[in-house]
Amino acid sequence: MSDDQTGAFENAKSMSIIVTKGSLDWAYPPFILGTTAAAMDLDVTMFFTFYGLPLLNKKLDLKMTTLGNPAMKMPMAGMHMAMPNIIAALPGVDRGATTMMKNLFKKKGVASIEELREAAVESDVRMIACQMTLDLFEMDRKDMIDGIELGGAATYIDVATKSDINLFI
Amino acid sequence: MADQTLNAEGLNCPLPIIKAKKSLKGMAAGETLAITSTDPGSVADFAAFCNQTGNTLLSSNTEGNIYSFEIKKN
Repeated sequence: MSDDQTGAFENAKSMSIIVTKGSLDWAYPPFILGTTAAAMDLDVTMFFTFYGLPLLNKKLDLKMTTLGNPAMKMPMAGMHMAMPNIIAALPGVDRGATTMMKNLFKKKGVASIEELREAAVESDVRMIACQMTLDLFEMDRKDMIDGIELGGAATYIDVATKSDINLFI
Repeated sequence: MADQTLNAEGLNCPLPIIKAKKSLKGMAAGETLAITSTDPGSVADFAAFCNQTGNTLLSSNTEGNIYSFEIKKN
């Protein structure tokens, strides 16, 4: 029953994810679910569009903002700190929040997005870059990692109609 | 004794699962993999992983903050 070289696809289930957000925090859910599903032998396709598309750039420089996110409470000195919008809008606050979040990931043993993306590539996750977004934001395919495809809405729909799980993140 | 061991202590979701899958890939059917983890979520996750992949979860134990699992590759 077990194949093999790849170990993949043996139960023939599949999942697709539309990835629309490219901030440091929002990059996590699609990559965590995609890599985990691939590890569980699902055939995984990720479709990167709009602000999710830069997640395919070779060089990732992910940032986040606390602006407009009242649910974000960072653990700090035994307490939880939320950032009032008026402070979050000041220069340098996003940079500080990004550094804090990256340190927190490291401290808690959470993988970096780079690591998760590498795991996705290694486990043959199919990654499709949205051609329209590429044109819209004048991005360059050459700046992106190898092994991805270009496609549009129809390409995604074709995948989605055959997938057991379809997510929009 | 398990055929292979994996120390996933200090790693958080989904790394224990991804590393376990990597180890299992290189193993033959019938061989066993012993895993230790400090992630409380891994208790439910290794059960789900085995349920989905058709591998057998031979044991799942908690000792203090250490969770240990033994998986047989099918």
